[in-house]
Amino acid sequence: MFGYVAEFSSASELYHAAEKVRDAGFKKWDVHTPYPVHGIDHAMGLGKSWLSAVVLCGGVLGSFTALALQFFTQVALYPTVVQNKPTNLFTLPAFFPVTFELTILFSAFATLFGLLVFIQLPRWNHPLFESKLFKKFSDDGFILVIESRDPRFKRDKTRSFLEEIGADEIEAVVV
Amino acid sequence: MADATTDQQGVHPTEAVGVAREPLVLNNRSLGWVTDRICGIVEKRQPAVWWVLFVPSVILFGCLLFTLVYLVSTGVGVWGNNQPVAWGWAIVNFVFWIGIGHAGTLISAILFLTRQKWRTSVNRASEAMTLFAVMCAGIFPGFHVGRFWMVWFLAPVPNANAIWQNFKSPLLWDVFAVSTYFTVSVVFWYIGLIPDLATLRDRAKSGLAKGLYGFFALGWRGANRHWRHYEMAYLLLAALSTPLVLSVHSVVSFDFATSVVPGWHTTIFPPYFVAGAIFGGFAMVLTLMLPVRKLYGLEDLFTMKHVDYMTKIILLTGTIVGYAYIMELFIAYYGANKYEADAFHIRILSGPYKYYYYCMFACNVIIPQFFWFKKCRQNLWVVFIIVNFVNAGMWFERFVIIPTSVARDFLPGQWGFYASSWVEKLMFLGTFGMFMMLFLLFIRFLPVIAISEVKGVLPESDPHHPEWEALRKKRRAGKGNA
Repeated sequence: MFGYVAEFSSASELYHAAEKVRDAGFKKWDVHTPYPVHGIDHAMGLGKSWLSAVVLCGGVLGSFTALALQFFTQVALYPTVVQNKPTNLFTLPAFFPVTFELTILFSAFATLFGLLVFIQLPRWNHPLFESKLFKKFSDDGFILVIESRDPRFKRDKTRSFLEEIGADEIEAVVV
Repeated sequence: MADATTDQQGVHPTEAVGVAREPLVLNNRSLGWVTDRICGIVEKRQPAVWWVLFVPSVILFGCLLFTLVYLVSTGVGVWGNNQPVAWGWAIVNFVFWIGIGHAGTLISAILFLTRQKWRTSVNRASEAMTLFAVMCAGIFPGFHVGRFWMVWFLAPVPNANAIWQNFKSPLLWDVFAVSTYFTVSVVFWYIGLIPDLATLRDRAKSGLAKGLYGFFALGWRGANRHWRHYEMAYLLLAALSTPLVLSVHSVVSFDFATSVVPGWHTTIFPPYFVAGAIFGGFAMVLTLMLPVRKLYGLEDLFTMKHVDYMTKIILLTGTIVGYAYIMELFIAYYGANKYEADAFHIRILSGPYKYYYYCMFACNVIIPQFFWFKKCRQNLWVVFIIVNFVNAGMWFERFVIIPTSVARDFLPGQWGFYASSWVEKLMFLGTFGMFMMLFLLFIRFLPVIAISEVKGVLPESDPHHPEWEALRKKRRAGKGNA
């Protein structure tokens, strides 16, 4: 058994249910919603996403790559004297646009790949896709899932707990 | 009285009486309705109009391919540009298309950072428009280099003589700016699409559609442990795209501004180009979205309020552009630079292209002034006609800037006249075909409005909605007693 999929009738119901699941001490659980529900991170006890740190590293890497590329090729390797611009450290202003663009480019890639690593996607198969009820998450369903690998998970108790906190429908996902 | 104040503070901003705002989605639509209506566009058969537009677009795209093959096989002489006007329609069209792209990024990034929630109904289509416009733009400088098979010289790798690119040149800056812009726009657009692709995947009937949407949805499960990183990624990309979009057209303007040609060598160019790009881009968004809205019954999602806001942005940026035109003339008159003064004298009074200037000024500065009137902003026919004047005006602007300045520069001995050839004209029409074809395919296969984002702005999607409702009822009851 993978766990229980429970549907709630609205964002508000789900929000309050999430608070109760958090307080009951579950760890391996999640809510699945058609859009990011405002404030539910707090109801689930989740903190800030530190994807920003990855992106900062990407940006710094981009800046240094661009500066290295330009100084190496224009100043060290093959100084071309054109446009009345110097070929030494003072060429820096002319190198600014490319440095800026590569900073943005590397940061954007860091965002994309950092995101995929953080959320562990792509993953095209998942036990939850076996559940019919679960599929409503991408339309108008507010879904809460408690996984059986959670230490507090009990086949009967968790089911009645979900009923207690207001689930409209509960489905056990068996794989 | 005290009671009324507390109530006013306790009421959700979209529902407060007195400062009541029109909802972003009309007629109290439910989450399910939003899914059905937007996915329906992809799932149902396309209306006849779709085919009526698609077939000519494909034919025009064929013309583009034909002119490109003709150009490469014969030589760049089939274009009308030559000395002294080496930058003819090719560069005019490049700047025209790249400018159009800017509205998409402005809507998706800048309006996101400024918390303009109405953007949710238009951002997907505008971002798609951005990508297609940048693709069209890229064709022109790519082929303008003359020998297309040498276009890899633009990439930062040494050529056969071990010589590297000149990183001090604005033209190379432009290569980096435009390619970064395109790449980041694709990333932004794709990340935004992932949840909607999952919706299409879960609704797909045929195995092929399920497989393809499922593949690109990456197995999205809408988990909140994913959403929180996703939202951070979206915020970061918006924050990255905001300076990017401002930089791209600034760098495009450096192609001109850092030269010494009178008429190009002005410091006002970067802000003037950026304002013009947003102006022209919004006009193109409205040109595309007004028919889409009507054709697919999206009036509840893309409301008159959206049209109102967008026309106001067009009015604002158009007026900034008008200011730039007049300031250019003033500086030419006041700046005591004989060549600059002459360039503008030629541009507006004595030169062969003065009618282009008049067209530009009328389309970009005078005609959008109708948007001061609410009646004009609320009449979709008037809006549609005005934005098409703007589309044309922005092309004229680029023509006025580019060939006019180089056709008559310092020495009368190097003066010349530039007229485009049929190849250039057909190529430009061909890019319109390509643009329309890609946009129609986008409507056919992908959700034209960001489903998950629109769901997020519905009143019921707020987890505290019932509490607001209760407060509102209480206040109404209180009022009834008084």
